[in-house]
Amino acid sequence: MSTREASASAGKARDTWPAIGDYGLIGDSRTAALVGLDGGIDWLCLPNFSGPAFFARLLDRQRGGYFQVRPAHPSQRRADQTYVADSNVLETRFRSGTGVALRLTDAMTIPPSAAAEQLRPQRELLRKVEALEDTEIEIIFEPRPDYARARTALRRYGKLGWTCSYRDHFLLLHTDLPVELTEDRQSVRAIVRLQRGERRFLSLSYVRRDIGIILPLGNSAEQRLIETRDWWRDWSSHCRYQGPYREAVLRSALTLKLLTFCLSGAVVAAPTTSLPEAVGSSRNWDYRYCWLRDASLTLDAFVDLGYHSEADEFIGWLLYTTALSRPKLQVLYDVYGESRIPEHSLESLQGYRDSRPVRIGNAAWRQTQLDVYGMVVMAAADYVRAGGRISRDGRKMLLGFGKLVCQLWRDPDHGLWEARGRKRHHTHSKVTCWAALNSLLALAEERHLQVPEDGFRGELSAIRDAIEAKGFDRELNSYTDTFDSNEPDASLLLMPRFGYLPPDDPRMLGTIRYILDKLSSGPLLYRYPPGSDELAGKEAPFGICSFWAVEALARAGRVEEATERFEQLLEHANHLGLYSEEISADTGEAIGNFPQAFTHVGLINAALSLAAASEHGGSKPT
Amino acid sequence: MTLLEQMPDLLTLLVWGLAASMVMVAIQSGSQHAGLSRLSLPFLFGTYFTANRSRAHIIGFITYLIGGWTFTFIYAGIFVRVGTNWWIGAIVGFIHGLFLLLFMLPAMPHVHPRMASEYDGPTDTRRIEPPGFLGLNYGYRTPLTTLASQIAYGIVLGGFLPS
Repeated sequence: MSTREASASAGKARDTWPAIGDYGLIGDSRTAALVGLDGGIDWLCLPNFSGPAFFARLLDRQRGGYFQVRPAHPSQRRADQTYVADSNVLETRFRSGTGVALRLTDAMTIPPSAAAEQLRPQRELLRKVEALEDTEIEIIFEPRPDYARARTALRRYGKLGWTCSYRDHFLLLHTDLPVELTEDRQSVRAIVRLQRGERRFLSLSYVRRDIGIILPLGNSAEQRLIETRDWWRDWSSHCRYQGPYREAVLRSALTLKLLTFCLSGAVVAAPTTSLPEAVGSSRNWDYRYCWLRDASLTLDAFVDLGYHSEADEFIGWLLYTTALSRPKLQVLYDVYGESRIPEHSLESLQGYRDSRPVRIGNAAWRQTQLDVYGMVVMAAADYVRAGGRISRDGRKMLLGFGKLVCQLWRDPDHGLWEARGRKRHHTHSKVTCWAALNSLLALAEERHLQVPEDGFRGELSAIRDAIEAKGFDRELNSYTDTFDSNEPDASLLLMPRFGYLPPDDPRMLGTIRYILDKLSSGPLLYRYPPGSDELAGKEAPFGICSFWAVEALARAGRVEEATERFEQLLEHANHLGLYSEEISADTGEAIGNFPQAFTHVGLINAALSLAAASEHGGSKPT
Repeated sequence: MTLLEQMPDLLTLLVWGLAASMVMVAIQSGSQHAGLSRLSLPFLFGTYFTANRSRAHIIGFITYLIGGWTFTFIYAGIFVRVGTNWWIGAIVGFIHGLFLLLFMLPAMPHVHPRMASEYDGPTDTRRIEPPGFLGLNYGYRTPLTTLASQIAYGIVLGGFLPS
């Protein structure tokens, strides 16, 4: 009946782009999906975060593919979303004039550890539809494998559901709703009337290179949702942070855990690619990989919140991943530790609001970024101080990083912001090189490690001399982005965290003042002066930099100012407490890949610094 | 002489049965990992006995090996009657593969305790995707990879078992 009507209605929806922040995130620490306020799953990559997308309407409203469940009548489509408490199970509630008409619960299911006796697919995305009033609902399932590059016909498997096979990928939709195939065999659709109190399920199961497993619906599906909710709640209950803003901190921790690839311990920067840093521009990058720098800060956040097993897994992943290239480190790796991540542009997708090209892969893997060594060494040092043990191989790896830093620190690099132009002497990179040697010497003093102390101390002193001579501008009373420059760089706010100088040192106070003066837009902070890079389009303030400002102020003892900024920043989260990479200075909207692990790491570290500063009337020890 | 007396000795049958089975498994597993077919006969056999995926793979592999040895005796009996040659082995393997594709795989939903059926839908215990006609549900190349592995099995036995 209703297939044609559903098509017409879907056509209208295709013309409008939701805001980037209008999405909720679900996932199982293997992959993730974005669920819109319109009940549409517009982004899902399989089998893992960096696998090919099966739904990519996020990047192409016409061709991208999606999986939507919503009220058929527009008057019932006003929606809000919440997470089921302390979990990553998402509820979308559609309201009519008289209250909630339809409740849609979405999760990527996680079996309890005792469920090894039950066959499960590699991934399952489960949707529960509950009518709280008599409601007509619209269902559209339109998978477009391989970023919409592959056209595959859907096929009916009798009462088992509808399948979409692409190469060795097998996706199956099993539902107790009467959906029908469209004439072009590219989607299944229906409009179905549900009576008040009626409950239906849609289970999307996926396997690759394996025989499919189809899971039952009804009470069995309800049980899987409960198990998934309980798994996340159990994980949340181990968070030892009880200070202010706990809800925001826990949501950030849950998001980081969701973005941690559980089969290896790698943390992806974001689950999306090519959400633009400036709408309509080419500032579109693929963030579905693990940046060692981000992951190291993430590890710090996990350790501080009491999640030591995540830190163990990350250190294990690091040892495994870098085994072949050691002691040289790449900037980023994929979740399995693959080091070659060639970058391609996808012609099949239009790009978010015509922001082209859509890229997969990331050419930054070829860049030289010296800060990676310092970030990894500092993370390992924090891990050891928190009670973690590093193997003999790990100690050898850390020593190798130290020796390499001694050789490389005088070289220019691309810097933490991954400028694609020529290499420069970035002050932040030099500071992290200093921090690498400083951390190794500290570990040696604590007898965790043996290092050539005299050699390291000599280089440590030489790096500091270079930074003070060329990376500090006496007139500005501030450190600068590169040697002999006068531009600010928000990453220098991290210098106290790295132990380079006390947070209330006059040079640091001058740097904070200069950065806030030059880069602030309200509580938001640009990473460097807007328009100063070589790319077209103006980028927005950077999420994590805004939180670094809070941390720097809190450490410097300016707690009231820090608190005010932090609370203003909390208002820039989306309706679920999620942050993207950047936040528009004009509209406050989320910009760039979403949600961004790095921003949530910033939130956690800022909240912890604020709590420490408030509690002790001083700064958090570095 | 009886059929049994004309067959090769037990050790020879076991050695070449093992070799043929390994070749067959290698082709099937290789096809699965190369993305040519999602069929895994050891997994299907193993899940007859357990729903634990890890155990199913081990039990399935052992069961499959025992099956491979059993069929070595049948193949040897056929070779006694029609002659031993690699191409006769290939023909017997081809017929064996056809039997598997045309009868055994489609019948599985009726006999496998954990396989779902397109007529009834999945249940708490029956969750495995059925193979469908010729095993085509597991990929359109499944008949080819299955026939190739069965033919290879026949060629090893036909080519190496003594006359």
